[in-house]
Amino acid sequence: MSTPGLYHLLFVSTALFFIGMYGFFTRRNLVTMLMSIELLLNSVNINFIAFNKYLWPNRLDGLFFTIFIIAIAAAEAAVAIAIIINLYRTRQSIDVQATETLKH
Amino acid sequence: MAVSTRQIFRAAIYLLFSLIGVAGIYFWLQYDFIAAVQIVVYVGGITVLIIFSIFLTQQVGELLPIQKVTNKLLAAGAAFFSFALIMVQLYKHSFAKTTAQPVSPAIDNIGSVLLSTEAGGYALPFELVSILLLAALVGCIVIAMRPANLSTTQPDN
Repeated sequence: MSTPGLYHLLFVSTALFFIGMYGFFTRRNLVTMLMSIELLLNSVNINFIAFNKYLWPNRLDGLFFTIFIIAIAAAEAAVAIAIIINLYRTRQSIDVQATETLKH
Repeated sequence: MAVSTRQIFRAAIYLLFSLIGVAGIYFWLQYDFIAAVQIVVYVGGITVLIIFSIFLTQQVGELLPIQKVTNKLLAAGAAFFSFALIMVQLYKHSFAKTTAQPVSPAIDNIGSVLLSTEAGGYALPFELVSILLLAALVGCIVIAMRPANLSTTQPDN
């Protein structure tokens, strides 16, 4: 337990994941929900890198998954922010309660 | 704090420091390339994008509304119990020790595997991600573009 190892990294990433999940549950603002999603994706990335480092060191698969997740997260954030800004134009609000046009 | 502060701009700054911390973890694991990508894409790209969107959509100094206490408690309870469950499972589980010779995560290794078309190469996902990024770019422009007829009828809103 003296030197930080795989378990400590997994602890950090799990904590980060559930902090993000808490934020995703409690926030009602679309931008902050997007920030929570970024936290979730980061915890997954830490997991991939940790497993690649400690359990699968002779290949670089986890590293490539991390690179692809980062790329897809960037695309997702860009699209989400475009949608949010468009929504703000039509609704003057980015609260999730305001986006209920498709209900009923 | 990135998920609990009521000032949205402060939440973005806390998120910035969390992402820098994650990049520090990558540096500590000697995955320098991933750490650099993390800093460039997340800290330099996504956080700036989020801050821009905050400026575009929020009034300065406006506080986020307080959530209901029951909502907060339920979310915190769900998160905490899931966390405890995963921790218990994790400490019961023991991972197999590996004896494989580690390969260096240097940039030349990354590049050669990323573009190799042999078994274990990542050329196809690389191209797919390129197409996805292009599609996201075009999609962003289309979504954020004001419709032409709407801009002529209501020039400023």
